[in-house]
Amino acid sequence: MAKQIEVSELDAYYGSHKAIEGISMTIEPRSVTAFIGPSGCGKSTFLRTLNRMHEVIPGARVEGKVRLEDQDLYGQDVDPVSVRRTIGMVFQRPNPFPTMSIFDNVAAGLRLNGRFSRSELEGVVEDSLKGANLWNEVKDRLGKPGAGLSGGQQQRLCIARAIAVQPQVLLMDEPCSALDPISTLAIEDLISKLKQEYTIVIVTHNMQQAARVSDKTAFFNLAAQGQPGKLVEMDETSKIFTNPAEKATEDYITGRFG
Amino acid sequence: MTVQTGIHSISAARRAKDRFVQVLVYLSFALAVIPLLSVLWLVVGNGLKRFDLTFLTHSMRNIGATDPGGGAYHAIVGTLEQVLLASLIAVPIGLLTAVYLVEYGNGGRLSRIISFFVDVMTGVPSVVSGLFILAFWILILGMTYSGFAGALALSILMMPVVVRSAEEMLRLVPHELREASYALGVPKWRTIVKVVLPTAFTGIVTGVMLAVARVAGETAPLLLTVFITDSINTDPFDGPQMGLPLYVFDQAQRPTNTAIDRAWTGALTLILIVMLLNLVARLIAWWRSPAKRGS
Repeated sequence: MAKQIEVSELDAYYGSHKAIEGISMTIEPRSVTAFIGPSGCGKSTFLRTLNRMHEVIPGARVEGKVRLEDQDLYGQDVDPVSVRRTIGMVFQRPNPFPTMSIFDNVAAGLRLNGRFSRSELEGVVEDSLKGANLWNEVKDRLGKPGAGLSGGQQQRLCIARAIAVQPQVLLMDEPCSALDPISTLAIEDLISKLKQEYTIVIVTHNMQQAARVSDKTAFFNLAAQGQPGKLVEMDETSKIFTNPAEKATEDYITGRFG
Repeated sequence: MTVQTGIHSISAARRAKDRFVQVLVYLSFALAVIPLLSVLWLVVGNGLKRFDLTFLTHSMRNIGATDPGGGAYHAIVGTLEQVLLASLIAVPIGLLTAVYLVEYGNGGRLSRIISFFVDVMTGVPSVVSGLFILAFWILILGMTYSGFAGALALSILMMPVVVRSAEEMLRLVPHELREASYALGVPKWRTIVKVVLPTAFTGIVTGVMLAVARVAGETAPLLLTVFITDSINTDPFDGPQMGLPLYVFDQAQRPTNTAIDRAWTGALTLILIVMLLNLVARLIAWWRSPAKRGS
Protein backbone atom coordinates (compact mmCIF):
# COMPACT_ATOMS: atom_id res chain seq x y z
CA MET A 1 0.00 0.00 0.00
CA ALA A 2 2.76 2.44 0.89
CA LYS A 3 4.50 3.98 -2.08
CA GLN A 4 7.70 5.81 -2.81
CA ILE A 5 7.72 9.49 -3.72
CA GLU A 6 10.32 10.91 -6.03
CA VAL A 7 10.70 14.66 -6.42
CA SER A 8 12.92 16.24 -9.04
CA GLU A 9 13.83 19.90 -9.56
CA LEU A 10 10.70 21.26 -7.90
CA ASP A 11 10.01 25.01 -7.67
CA ALA A 12 6.93 26.44 -5.99
CA TYR A 13 5.61 29.97 -6.35
CA TYR A 14 3.13 32.24 -4.60
CA GLY A 15 2.23 34.60 -7.43
CA SER A 16 5.58 35.91 -8.60
CA HIS A 17 7.37 35.06 -5.35
CA LYS A 18 9.44 31.89 -5.57
CA ALA A 19 9.08 30.11 -2.23
CA ILE A 20 11.18 27.01 -2.84
CA GLU A 21 13.69 26.18 -5.53
CA GLY A 22 15.26 23.13 -7.10
CA ILE A 23 14.24 20.50 -4.62
CA SER A 24 14.96 16.87 -5.46
CA MET A 25 14.56 13.98 -3.07
CA THR A 26 13.31 10.44 -2.70
CA ILE A 27 10.94 9.58 0.11
CA GLU A 28 11.03 5.90 0.99
CA PRO A 29 7.88 3.86 1.63
CA ARG A 30 7.09 2.50 5.12
CA SER A 31 9.34 5.00 6.77
CA VAL A 32 9.10 8.37 8.46
CA THR A 33 10.77 11.31 6.76
CA ALA A 34 11.13 14.49 8.80
CA PHE A 35 11.55 18.00 7.38
CA ILE A 36 13.34 20.45 9.63
CA GLY A 37 14.54 24.00 9.13
CA PRO A 38 13.94 27.59 10.25
CA SER A 39 10.53 29.26 9.84
CA GLY A 40 9.78 30.48 6.34
CA CYS A 41 12.23 28.11 4.66
CA GLY A 42 9.48 26.41 2.68
CA LYS A 43 9.08 23.09 4.52
CA SER A 44 5.31 23.37 4.71
CA THR A 45 5.10 24.72 1.17
CA PHE A 46 7.09 21.76 -0.07
CA LEU A 47 4.93 19.36 1.92
CA ARG A 48 1.81 20.87 0.38
CA THR A 49 3.17 20.43 -3.14
CA LEU A 50 3.37 16.67 -2.50
CA ASN A 51 -0.43 16.28 -2.56
CA ARG A 52 -1.26 19.30 -4.68
CA MET A 53 -2.67 21.28 -1.75
CA HIS A 54 -0.31 24.11 -2.64
CA GLU A 55 -2.39 25.17 -5.63
CA VAL A 56 -5.50 25.63 -3.46
CA ILE A 57 -4.10 29.05 -2.55
CA PRO A 58 -4.98 31.62 -5.25
CA GLY A 59 -1.98 32.45 -7.42
CA ALA A 60 0.11 29.51 -6.22
CA ARG A 61 1.78 27.23 -8.77
CA VAL A 62 4.43 24.56 -9.07
CA GLU A 63 7.14 23.70 -11.59
CA GLY A 64 8.98 20.40 -11.67
CA LYS A 65 8.08 16.79 -11.13
CA VAL A 66 6.63 14.74 -8.30
CA ARG A 67 6.27 11.03 -8.97
CA LEU A 68 4.38 8.54 -6.84
CA GLU A 69 5.97 5.25 -7.96
CA ASP A 70 5.47 5.52 -11.72
CA GLN A 71 2.80 8.26 -11.78
CA ASP A 72 3.51 11.92 -12.38
CA LEU A 73 1.31 13.83 -9.91
CA TYR A 74 1.55 17.00 -11.97
CA GLY A 75 0.79 15.29 -15.29
CA GLN A 76 -1.49 16.97 -17.82
CA ASP A 77 -4.63 14.97 -17.13
CA VAL A 78 -4.11 14.12 -13.46
CA ASP A 79 -7.08 15.04 -11.26
CA PRO A 80 -5.77 16.84 -8.15
CA VAL A 81 -8.74 15.49 -6.21
CA SER A 82 -7.56 11.92 -6.85
CA VAL A 83 -4.03 12.88 -5.78
CA ARG A 84 -5.33 14.15 -2.45
CA ARG A 85 -7.37 10.99 -2.01
CA THR A 86 -4.17 8.96 -2.37
CA ILE A 87 -1.95 11.24 -0.29
CA GLY A 88 -3.62 12.29 2.96
CA MET A 89 -2.74 15.24 5.13
CA VAL A 90 -2.87 16.22 8.80
CA PHE A 91 -2.61 19.89 9.64
CA GLN A 92 -0.90 21.94 12.29
CA ARG A 93 -4.05 22.83 14.14
CA PRO A 94 -6.64 20.13 14.74
CA ASN A 95 -9.55 20.90 12.43
CA PRO A 96 -12.44 18.49 12.94
CA PHE A 97 -15.61 19.46 11.09
CA PRO A 98 -17.61 21.39 13.70
CA THR A 99 -21.02 20.34 12.40
CA MET A 100 -20.22 16.64 12.54
CA SER A 101 -20.12 14.05 15.32
CA ILE A 102 -16.99 12.01 16.06
CA PHE A 103 -18.36 9.20 13.91
CA ASP A 104 -19.28 11.50 11.03
CA ASN A 105 -15.87 13.17 11.15
CA VAL A 106 -14.07 9.89 10.65
CA ALA A 107 -16.58 8.76 8.03
CA ALA A 108 -16.47 12.13 6.25
CA GLY A 109 -13.84 11.18 3.70
CA LEU A 110 -15.77 8.10 2.63
CA ARG A 111 -19.20 9.66 2.85
CA LEU A 112 -18.24 12.72 0.82
CA ASN A 113 -16.71 10.54 -1.87
CA GLY A 114 -19.27 7.86 -2.44
CA ARG A 115 -21.98 5.63 -1.07
CA PHE A 116 -21.28 3.24 1.75
CA SER A 117 -23.62 1.19 3.90
CA ARG A 118 -23.88 1.94 7.60
CA SER A 119 -22.16 -1.33 8.55
CA GLU A 120 -19.25 -0.69 6.16
CA LEU A 121 -18.84 2.78 7.65
CA GLU A 122 -19.01 1.43 11.20
CA GLY A 123 -16.22 -1.01 10.40
CA VAL A 124 -13.99 1.66 8.86
CA VAL A 125 -14.65 4.15 11.66
CA GLU A 126 -13.78 1.58 14.34
CA ASP A 127 -10.61 0.49 12.52
CA SER A 128 -9.49 4.08 11.90
CA LEU A 129 -10.12 5.17 15.48
CA LYS A 130 -8.25 2.12 16.74
CA GLY A 131 -5.48 2.92 14.29
CA ALA A 132 -5.29 6.42 15.71
CA ASN A 133 -5.25 5.13 19.32
CA LEU A 134 -8.48 6.97 20.04
CA TRP A 135 -11.08 4.19 20.03
CA ASN A 136 -11.04 3.45 23.76
CA GLU A 137 -11.47 7.10 24.65
CA VAL A 138 -14.42 7.81 22.37
CA LYS A 139 -16.20 4.51 21.69
CA ASP A 140 -19.05 5.40 24.07
CA ARG A 141 -19.68 8.82 22.59
CA LEU A 142 -19.31 8.47 18.84
CA GLY A 143 -22.46 10.59 18.37
CA LYS A 144 -21.04 13.58 20.26
CA PRO A 145 -19.52 16.52 18.36
CA GLY A 146 -15.86 16.10 17.43
CA ALA A 147 -15.17 19.68 18.52
CA GLY A 148 -15.92 18.67 22.12
CA LEU A 149 -12.74 16.59 22.43
CA SER A 150 -9.46 17.85 23.89
CA GLY A 151 -6.80 19.25 21.53
CA GLY A 152 -4.76 16.04 21.50
CA GLN A 153 -7.84 13.92 20.96
CA GLN A 154 -8.98 16.22 18.16
CA GLN A 155 -5.63 15.81 16.43
CA ARG A 156 -5.86 12.04 16.70
CA LEU A 157 -9.41 12.33 15.39
CA CYS A 158 -8.02 14.19 12.38
CA ILE A 159 -5.44 11.44 11.88
CA ALA A 160 -8.22 8.83 12.08
CA ARG A 161 -10.16 10.87 9.51
CA ALA A 162 -7.12 10.97 7.23
CA ILE A 163 -6.38 7.22 7.43
CA ALA A 164 -10.05 6.26 7.02
CA VAL A 165 -9.78 6.87 3.27
CA GLN A 166 -6.75 4.52 3.20
CA PRO A 167 -4.20 6.84 1.63
CA GLN A 168 -0.81 5.55 0.50
CA VAL A 169 1.09 8.46 1.97
CA LEU A 170 0.35 10.55 5.05
CA LEU A 171 1.68 14.12 5.21
CA MET A 172 1.80 15.81 8.61
CA ASP A 173 2.38 19.52 8.93
CA GLU A 174 3.66 20.16 12.46
CA PRO A 175 1.01 17.86 13.91
CA CYS A 176 2.11 18.36 17.53
CA SER A 177 2.94 22.04 17.68
CA ALA A 178 -0.42 22.92 19.27
CA LEU A 179 -0.38 20.02 21.74
CA ASP A 180 0.89 19.34 25.26
CA PRO A 181 3.75 16.85 25.86
CA ILE A 182 1.45 13.94 26.74
CA SER A 183 -0.67 14.32 23.60
CA THR A 184 2.56 14.76 21.62
CA LEU A 185 3.82 11.47 22.99
CA ALA A 186 0.55 9.79 22.01
CA ILE A 187 0.87 11.12 18.47
CA GLU A 188 4.53 10.11 18.21
CA ASP A 189 3.65 6.58 19.31
CA LEU A 190 0.97 6.61 16.70
CA ILE A 191 3.41 7.74 14.01
CA SER A 192 5.80 4.86 14.72
CA LYS A 193 2.86 2.49 14.55
CA LEU A 194 1.50 3.98 11.31
CA LYS A 195 4.82 3.70 9.50
CA GLN A 196 4.33 -0.07 9.28
CA GLU A 197 1.67 0.65 6.67
CA TYR A 198 2.14 4.17 5.37
CA THR A 199 4.77 6.41 3.93
CA ILE A 200 4.88 9.26 6.41
CA VAL A 201 6.30 12.74 5.94
CA ILE A 202 6.33 15.06 8.94
CA VAL A 203 7.25 18.72 9.20
CA THR A 204 8.43 19.66 12.66
CA HIS A 205 10.11 22.48 14.53
CA ASN A 206 10.98 20.17 17.35
CA MET A 207 14.38 18.64 16.68
CA GLN A 208 14.03 16.03 19.42
CA GLN A 209 10.82 14.96 17.78
CA ALA A 210 12.51 14.59 14.41
CA ALA A 211 15.26 12.56 16.06
CA ARG A 212 12.74 10.39 17.92
CA VAL A 213 10.30 9.50 15.18
CA SER A 214 12.02 9.77 11.81
CA ASP A 215 14.19 7.43 9.79
CA LYS A 216 15.40 10.10 7.43
CA THR A 217 15.68 13.82 7.94
CA ALA A 218 15.80 16.60 5.40
CA PHE A 219 17.16 20.00 6.38
CA PHE A 220 15.77 23.05 4.54
CA ASN A 221 17.23 26.51 4.66
CA LEU A 222 17.09 29.80 2.83
CA ALA A 223 20.08 31.88 1.87
CA ALA A 224 18.50 35.14 2.99
CA GLN A 225 15.09 36.63 3.76
CA GLY A 226 13.10 36.87 0.51
CA GLN A 227 15.22 34.20 -1.20
CA PRO A 228 13.62 30.87 -2.07
CA GLY A 229 14.09 27.99 0.36
CA LYS A 230 16.34 25.11 -0.63
CA LEU A 231 17.06 21.60 0.48
CA VAL A 232 20.44 21.66 2.17
CA GLU A 233 20.84 17.97 2.78
CA MET A 234 18.93 14.80 3.42
CA ASP A 235 20.23 11.68 5.06
CA GLU A 236 19.64 9.05 7.72
CA THR A 237 18.33 10.81 10.83
CA SER A 238 21.14 9.42 12.97
CA LYS A 239 23.70 10.82 10.55
CA ILE A 240 22.07 14.24 10.30
CA PHE A 241 22.01 14.59 14.06
CA THR A 242 25.49 13.28 14.76
CA ASN A 243 27.63 13.93 11.74
CA PRO A 244 25.97 16.15 9.15
CA ALA A 245 27.77 16.78 5.88
CA GLU A 246 26.97 20.49 5.74
CA LYS A 247 28.09 23.18 8.16
CA ALA A 248 24.66 24.90 8.03
CA THR A 249 22.92 21.75 9.21
CA GLU A 250 25.28 21.39 12.13
CA ASP A 251 24.82 25.04 13.08
CA TYR A 252 21.05 24.69 13.00
CA ILE A 253 20.93 21.46 14.94
CA THR A 254 23.30 22.65 17.62
CA GLY A 255 21.22 25.79 18.01
CA ARG A 256 23.71 28.25 16.58
CA PHE A 257 20.98 29.85 14.47
CA GLY A 258 17.27 29.52 13.64
CA MET B 1 3.32 66.72 38.21
CA THR B 2 4.86 63.49 39.38
CA VAL B 3 4.38 60.20 37.66
CA GLN B 4 2.83 57.70 40.04
CA THR B 5 4.57 54.38 40.16
CA GLY B 6 3.79 51.19 41.98
CA ILE B 7 0.43 49.67 42.81
CA HIS B 8 -2.20 52.12 44.02
CA SER B 9 -5.97 52.42 44.13
CA ILE B 10 -8.09 53.56 41.18
CA SER B 11 -8.11 57.35 41.10
CA ALA B 12 -11.32 59.25 41.74
CA ALA B 13 -11.18 60.80 38.27
CA ARG B 14 -11.11 57.39 36.59
CA ARG B 15 -13.91 56.17 38.81
CA ALA B 16 -16.01 59.19 37.82
CA LYS B 17 -15.28 58.71 34.12
CA ASP B 18 -16.21 55.06 34.40
CA ARG B 19 -19.53 55.94 36.07
CA PHE B 20 -20.23 58.66 33.52
CA VAL B 21 -19.72 56.37 30.52
CA GLN B 22 -21.72 53.62 32.19
CA VAL B 23 -24.67 55.98 32.67
CA LEU B 24 -24.36 57.12 29.04
CA VAL B 25 -24.48 53.53 27.79
CA TYR B 26 -27.55 52.72 29.88
CA LEU B 27 -29.25 55.91 28.72
CA SER B 28 -28.68 55.22 25.05
CA PHE B 29 -29.92 51.68 25.54
CA ALA B 30 -33.12 53.00 27.10
CA LEU B 31 -33.44 55.52 24.28
CA ALA B 32 -33.22 52.71 21.74
CA VAL B 33 -35.73 50.52 23.56
CA ILE B 34 -38.38 53.20 24.18
CA PRO B 35 -39.60 53.40 20.55
CA LEU B 36 -39.66 49.61 20.27
CA LEU B 37 -41.70 49.20 23.43
CA SER B 38 -44.06 52.03 22.56
CA VAL B 39 -44.74 50.57 19.12
CA LEU B 40 -45.39 47.15 20.62
CA TRP B 41 -47.56 48.68 23.35
CA LEU B 42 -49.67 50.63 20.86
CA VAL B 43 -50.05 47.80 18.36
CA VAL B 44 -50.88 45.18 20.97
CA GLY B 45 -53.18 47.53 22.90
CA ASN B 46 -55.14 48.63 19.86
CA GLY B 47 -54.87 45.41 17.91
CA LEU B 48 -56.18 42.99 20.53
CA LYS B 49 -59.67 44.53 20.25
CA ARG B 50 -60.36 42.79 16.94
CA PHE B 51 -57.87 39.90 17.22
CA ASP B 52 -60.45 37.13 17.05
CA LEU B 53 -61.38 34.09 14.99
CA THR B 54 -63.55 36.10 12.61
CA PHE B 55 -60.61 38.33 11.82
CA LEU B 56 -58.34 35.40 11.04
CA THR B 57 -60.86 33.45 8.97
CA HIS B 58 -62.87 36.06 7.05
CA SER B 59 -62.12 38.45 4.22
CA MET B 60 -63.50 41.94 3.64
CA ARG B 61 -65.83 40.88 0.84
CA ASN B 62 -69.15 42.75 1.05
CA ILE B 63 -68.12 44.51 4.22
CA GLY B 64 -68.32 48.29 4.24
CA ALA B 65 -66.07 50.61 6.15
CA THR B 66 -68.63 51.20 8.87
CA ASP B 67 -69.62 47.54 9.26
CA PRO B 68 -68.22 45.66 12.23
CA GLY B 69 -66.73 42.20 11.60
CA GLY B 70 -64.69 41.45 8.54
CA GLY B 71 -61.17 40.17 8.65
CA ALA B 72 -57.78 39.80 7.05
CA TYR B 73 -57.83 36.17 5.94
CA HIS B 74 -57.29 37.24 2.32
CA ALA B 75 -54.40 39.47 3.37
CA ILE B 76 -52.76 36.78 5.51
CA VAL B 77 -52.95 34.26 2.67
CA GLY B 78 -51.63 36.87 0.24
CA THR B 79 -48.70 37.91 2.45
CA LEU B 80 -47.67 34.31 3.11
CA GLU B 81 -47.81 33.43 -0.59
CA GLN B 82 -46.00 36.54 -1.74
CA VAL B 83 -43.23 36.25 0.84
CA LEU B 84 -42.85 32.53 0.15
CA LEU B 85 -42.59 33.11 -3.61
CA ALA B 86 -40.19 36.01 -3.12
CA SER B 87 -38.01 33.80 -0.88
CA LEU B 88 -38.09 30.98 -3.42
CA ILE B 89 -36.71 33.39 -6.00
CA ALA B 90 -34.32 35.44 -3.88
CA VAL B 91 -32.79 32.85 -1.54
CA PRO B 92 -31.34 30.47 -4.17
CA ILE B 93 -30.04 33.32 -6.32
CA GLY B 94 -28.70 35.19 -3.30
CA LEU B 95 -27.07 32.11 -1.81
CA LEU B 96 -25.44 31.07 -5.08
CA THR B 97 -24.18 34.62 -5.57
CA ALA B 98 -22.64 34.57 -2.11
CA VAL B 99 -21.04 31.17 -2.80
CA TYR B 100 -19.59 32.55 -6.02
CA LEU B 101 -18.24 35.67 -4.31
CA VAL B 102 -16.61 33.76 -1.45
CA GLU B 103 -15.52 30.49 -3.05
CA TYR B 104 -14.92 31.21 -6.71
CA GLY B 105 -14.62 34.98 -7.20
CA ASN B 106 -11.15 35.35 -5.63
CA GLY B 107 -11.60 39.13 -5.73
CA GLY B 108 -11.52 39.12 -9.55
CA ARG B 109 -13.14 41.67 -11.83
CA LEU B 110 -16.51 39.90 -12.05
CA SER B 111 -16.80 39.45 -8.30
CA ARG B 112 -15.98 43.13 -7.73
CA ILE B 113 -18.66 44.14 -10.23
CA ILE B 114 -21.21 41.85 -8.56
CA SER B 115 -20.26 43.20 -5.15
CA PHE B 116 -20.74 46.74 -6.38
CA PHE B 117 -24.19 46.06 -7.81
CA VAL B 118 -25.28 44.22 -4.69
CA ASP B 119 -24.39 47.37 -2.77
CA VAL B 120 -26.37 49.45 -5.25
CA MET B 121 -29.33 47.10 -4.89
CA THR B 122 -29.22 47.43 -1.12
CA GLY B 123 -29.83 51.13 -1.54
CA VAL B 124 -32.73 50.86 -3.99
CA PRO B 125 -35.87 52.34 -2.36
CA SER B 126 -38.62 49.74 -2.19
CA VAL B 127 -41.00 51.82 -4.29
CA VAL B 128 -38.49 51.79 -7.13
CA SER B 129 -38.45 48.01 -7.24
CA GLY B 130 -42.26 48.13 -7.35
CA LEU B 131 -42.16 50.65 -10.18
CA PHE B 132 -39.68 48.51 -12.06
CA ILE B 133 -41.91 45.45 -11.92
CA LEU B 134 -44.94 47.59 -12.77
CA ALA B 135 -43.18 48.98 -15.83
CA PHE B 136 -41.48 45.77 -16.95
CA TRP B 137 -43.81 42.95 -15.96
CA ILE B 138 -47.22 44.60 -16.11
CA LEU B 139 -46.91 47.41 -18.65
CA ILE B 140 -44.33 46.03 -21.12
CA LEU B 141 -44.98 42.27 -20.86
CA GLY B 142 -48.70 42.89 -20.36
CA MET B 143 -49.13 40.65 -17.31
CA THR B 144 -51.94 41.30 -14.82
CA TYR B 145 -51.58 42.56 -11.29
CA SER B 146 -50.86 39.47 -9.22
CA GLY B 147 -49.25 38.17 -6.08
CA PHE B 148 -46.43 36.86 -8.23
CA ALA B 149 -45.68 40.33 -9.59
CA GLY B 150 -45.48 41.48 -5.96
CA ALA B 151 -43.18 38.57 -5.15
CA LEU B 152 -40.90 39.64 -7.99
CA ALA B 153 -40.69 43.16 -6.57
CA LEU B 154 -40.07 41.80 -3.05
CA SER B 155 -37.38 39.41 -4.30
CA ILE B 156 -35.43 42.38 -5.69
CA LEU B 157 -35.40 43.82 -2.18
CA MET B 158 -34.55 40.51 -0.54
CA MET B 159 -31.70 39.49 -2.78
CA PRO B 160 -28.99 41.93 -1.62
CA VAL B 161 -29.81 41.26 2.02
CA VAL B 162 -29.48 37.52 1.46
CA VAL B 163 -26.24 37.94 -0.52
CA ARG B 164 -24.60 40.16 2.06
CA SER B 165 -25.56 38.12 5.10
CA ALA B 166 -24.73 34.77 3.46
CA GLU B 167 -21.40 36.18 2.25
CA GLU B 168 -20.50 37.30 5.78
CA MET B 169 -21.36 33.88 7.14
CA LEU B 170 -19.44 31.97 4.46
CA ARG B 171 -16.37 34.11 5.07
CA LEU B 172 -16.54 33.19 8.75
CA VAL B 173 -16.05 29.50 7.92
CA PRO B 174 -12.37 28.84 8.68
CA HIS B 175 -10.19 28.12 5.67
CA GLU B 176 -8.72 25.13 7.56
CA LEU B 177 -12.03 23.29 7.24
CA ARG B 178 -12.01 23.64 3.47
CA GLU B 179 -8.39 22.43 3.39
CA ALA B 180 -9.22 19.50 5.66
CA SER B 181 -11.93 18.50 3.24
CA TYR B 182 -9.74 18.93 0.14
CA ALA B 183 -7.03 16.87 1.83
CA LEU B 184 -9.51 14.00 2.13
CA GLY B 185 -9.89 14.05 -1.63
CA VAL B 186 -13.26 15.76 -1.61
CA PRO B 187 -13.96 17.89 -4.71
CA LYS B 188 -14.50 21.61 -4.22
CA TRP B 189 -18.23 21.61 -4.93
CA ARG B 190 -18.87 18.79 -2.46
CA THR B 191 -16.74 20.58 0.10
CA ILE B 192 -18.96 23.64 -0.32
CA VAL B 193 -22.19 21.66 -0.15
CA LYS B 194 -21.25 19.27 2.65
CA VAL B 195 -18.81 21.22 4.80
CA VAL B 196 -18.96 24.98 4.18
CA LEU B 197 -22.72 25.48 3.88
CA PRO B 198 -23.64 23.28 6.88
CA THR B 199 -21.06 25.11 9.00
CA ALA B 200 -22.56 28.47 8.04
CA PHE B 201 -26.15 27.18 8.10
CA THR B 202 -27.33 28.82 11.31
CA GLY B 203 -26.03 32.22 10.27
CA ILE B 204 -27.49 31.92 6.78
CA VAL B 205 -30.92 31.04 8.20
CA THR B 206 -30.77 34.10 10.45
CA GLY B 207 -29.85 36.27 7.47
CA VAL B 208 -32.70 34.88 5.37
CA MET B 209 -35.13 35.55 8.22
CA LEU B 210 -33.94 39.15 8.45
CA ALA B 211 -34.58 39.50 4.74
CA VAL B 212 -38.04 37.94 5.09
CA ALA B 213 -38.86 40.23 7.99
CA ARG B 214 -37.76 43.18 5.95
CA VAL B 215 -39.93 42.47 2.92
CA ALA B 216 -42.95 41.15 4.83
CA GLY B 217 -43.73 44.71 5.90
CA GLU B 218 -43.21 46.37 2.52
CA THR B 219 -46.25 48.27 1.27
CA ALA B 220 -45.20 50.47 -1.61
CA PRO B 221 -43.99 47.79 -4.08
CA LEU B 222 -47.09 45.70 -3.42
CA LEU B 223 -49.39 48.64 -4.03
CA LEU B 224 -47.96 48.93 -7.55
CA THR B 225 -47.85 45.23 -8.38
CA VAL B 226 -50.39 43.28 -6.33
CA PHE B 227 -53.05 45.97 -6.21
CA ILE B 228 -55.76 45.69 -3.59
CA THR B 229 -58.76 43.47 -3.21
CA ASP B 230 -61.35 42.74 -0.55
CA SER B 231 -61.89 39.16 -1.69
CA ILE B 232 -59.99 35.96 -1.09
CA ASN B 233 -57.68 35.15 -3.99
CA THR B 234 -55.52 32.14 -3.22
CA ASP B 235 -53.95 32.06 -6.70
CA PRO B 236 -50.85 34.26 -6.60
CA PHE B 237 -50.46 34.03 -10.38
CA ASP B 238 -53.81 35.49 -11.38
CA GLY B 239 -55.44 38.76 -10.45
CA PRO B 240 -55.06 41.23 -7.60
CA GLN B 241 -54.29 39.86 -4.16
CA MET B 242 -54.07 41.40 -0.74
CA GLY B 243 -51.20 41.56 1.68
CA LEU B 244 -51.15 42.51 5.35
CA PRO B 245 -49.25 45.77 4.84
CA LEU B 246 -51.71 46.68 2.07
CA TYR B 247 -54.56 45.75 4.35
CA VAL B 248 -53.30 48.03 7.10
CA PHE B 249 -52.76 50.81 4.57
CA ASP B 250 -56.22 50.32 3.06
CA GLN B 251 -58.15 50.06 6.34
CA ALA B 252 -56.33 52.91 8.03
CA GLN B 253 -57.41 55.24 5.22
CA ARG B 254 -61.09 54.59 5.86
CA PRO B 255 -62.60 57.14 8.22
CA THR B 256 -64.45 54.88 10.62
CA ASN B 257 -63.46 53.35 13.93
CA THR B 258 -64.31 49.81 12.83
CA ALA B 259 -61.91 50.09 9.90
CA ILE B 260 -59.16 51.64 11.99
CA ASP B 261 -59.48 48.87 14.56
CA ARG B 262 -59.06 46.37 11.75
CA ALA B 263 -55.92 48.17 10.61
CA TRP B 264 -54.38 47.87 14.10
CA THR B 265 -55.22 44.20 14.26
CA GLY B 266 -53.72 43.75 10.79
CA ALA B 267 -50.48 45.31 12.04
CA LEU B 268 -50.50 43.05 15.09
CA THR B 269 -51.05 40.00 12.88
CA LEU B 270 -48.13 41.00 10.68
CA ILE B 271 -45.83 41.34 13.67
CA LEU B 272 -46.97 37.97 14.99
CA ILE B 273 -46.37 36.28 11.63
CA VAL B 274 -42.83 37.67 11.38
CA MET B 275 -42.15 36.63 14.97
CA LEU B 276 -43.51 33.16 14.28
CA LEU B 277 -41.32 32.78 11.20
CA ASN B 278 -38.32 33.87 13.25
CA LEU B 279 -39.17 31.33 15.89
CA VAL B 280 -39.42 28.58 13.29
CA ALA B 281 -36.03 29.61 11.87
CA ARG B 282 -34.50 29.53 15.37
CA LEU B 283 -35.93 26.06 15.89
CA ILE B 284 -34.49 24.85 12.59
CA ALA B 285 -31.10 26.34 13.46
CA TRP B 286 -31.20 24.79 16.90
CA TRP B 287 -32.24 21.43 15.56
CA ARG B 288 -29.39 21.47 13.05
CA SER B 289 -26.69 22.65 15.46
CA PRO B 290 -24.26 20.09 16.87
CA ALA B 291 -24.51 21.65 20.32
CA LYS B 292 -27.94 20.09 20.67
CA ARG B 293 -26.32 16.70 21.04
CA GLY B 294 -24.34 18.03 23.99
CA SER B 295 -20.60 18.33 24.17
